[in-house]
Amino acid sequence: MAHPLRGVAAITGLGMTPMGRIYRSTNELAAEAVAKAIADAGLRKDDIDGLLINAGITGTTGGGLTLGLQNYLGLKNLRLLNHMNAAGSTAAQMVQYATLAIHAGMATHVLCVFADAPLKEGTSAGAAYGGAARNPQRPKGMAGLYAAAGYFGANTPYALAARRHMALYGTKQDHLGIIAVGQRQWATMNPLAQMREPITLEDYHASRWIIEPLHLLDCCLVSNGAVAVIVSPADRAKDMPQPPVYIHGMGQGHPGDSGRAGSDWETETGARIAAETAYRMAGVGPSDITCCQIYDCYTYTVLVTLEDYGFCKKGEGGPFVEDGKLGPGGSLPTNTGGGELSAYYMWGMTPLSEGIIQGRGHGGERQVKNDVILVTGNGGNLSYHACLILSPHPA
Amino acid sequence: MTQPTIPVPEPDEASRPFFDGAAEGRLMLMRCIDCQTWRLPARQHCDVCLSDRYRWEPASGRGRVRTFGIMHQRYHPAFQVPYNVTVVELEEGPRLPTNLVDVANEAIYVGMPVEVVFERYDDVTLPRFRPARDL
Repeated sequence: MAHPLRGVAAITGLGMTPMGRIYRSTNELAAEAVAKAIADAGLRKDDIDGLLINAGITGTTGGGLTLGLQNYLGLKNLRLLNHMNAAGSTAAQMVQYATLAIHAGMATHVLCVFADAPLKEGTSAGAAYGGAARNPQRPKGMAGLYAAAGYFGANTPYALAARRHMALYGTKQDHLGIIAVGQRQWATMNPLAQMREPITLEDYHASRWIIEPLHLLDCCLVSNGAVAVIVSPADRAKDMPQPPVYIHGMGQGHPGDSGRAGSDWETETGARIAAETAYRMAGVGPSDITCCQIYDCYTYTVLVTLEDYGFCKKGEGGPFVEDGKLGPGGSLPTNTGGGELSAYYMWGMTPLSEGIIQGRGHGGERQVKNDVILVTGNGGNLSYHACLILSPHPA
Repeated sequence: MTQPTIPVPEPDEASRPFFDGAAEGRLMLMRCIDCQTWRLPARQHCDVCLSDRYRWEPASGRGRVRTFGIMHQRYHPAFQVPYNVTVVELEEGPRLPTNLVDVANEAIYVGMPVEVVFERYDDVTLPRFRPARDL
């Protein structure tokens, strides 16, 4: 018997701003994306009765979206409203909660919005995420042991995770590089991508170290921009202007990290739990997935996530990607817009937006087989994970 | 101009036994009185059994490199790049962010046995680790 939630909702609207060094406030960026999404869906603003909001890093550093976005947008008919944060897993989660609310009859057209603007004029991309290193206050208590060890930024935990995978399983630097090169190839076909110059494996190895084993080209971009997505009931979606992208499955997994022996957060992520739930709901397995949009804050994140979704055994992610199967022409097209590494970094909205573009068949020269699309989001040093399984086919 | 100093933590009430112990050459950890689980950082509740009964106990000071990275990015002027950022898993279980000393970056490996040493910075002493001398 089909799962009762399979295909009950669909994505009917998508709006995106230009991405990169766009110096505008997060409300302004969000409003542009929202206006585009509402027009894209053929709706009027008053049709929106659900609003879910996710601020990016500016939610922590200042200037990020708040619940005040409702009034900036002038939304008066809301029956569902929340400001959510589970890091990079939030975008997929917003679509999940929208689907649940629609199924429960609590809302009809739910708007999911992400905006971020960490880039400031005259400052580096790294400065947007460096955090503790520039804090003039002396850190309090044992939390200060990180800064005292020079353990800064998000780059450090991901480098430590990748190093452990390499030590346990023999994963090579080349394996990470092949992921970066493949995604850049995809980005050359994406007009929205920030980085569209092709790169070679030699370029990858020549790019400067950030923290070994991560080169600059292992790390995602930093972007200002916004993405808005509208989720609607499936029976309405079929009469709306865009090809509906149906939500066939969804799941979450959050194993946590105890900070002591027994936790394997570096190499075994919440994706394994999320995959079980989502595959069961959608009635599919890894061999049915025709393309992947995997959260790729770092190349390593792609590799470990593919393992946890069962595309290969644990530890075999390196050899799995070695033949270039993730890139254009490969057998498992992945991050077909260039991803966070080469296109734009809108947290979980990066994989979600490309999943929608592919699901609609609007990928242009980068369009791939879109029957079953896996969209994932993770964050918090691989701790938080959520996913969607999307399809152009009704359930 | 004075040499920039690393951002050393300021002990707070919860963590004071850790820093006081370090100043006396002992690595002190919190331990749950009810389920005996060692923990770090300092916090009121045991994350295994949620008991709030604990005591501070000296740890062995021995552990192994859980994982490490070699930092090349200059985030803070006091750190001379490249330097190692290492997570040591103590024999008692907790993992500690730290740096290895008395070892070349190229010689560090996952699983390497290490032992604690203490480095004093003005008013605070911090645990660092070096390759273990007695196995």
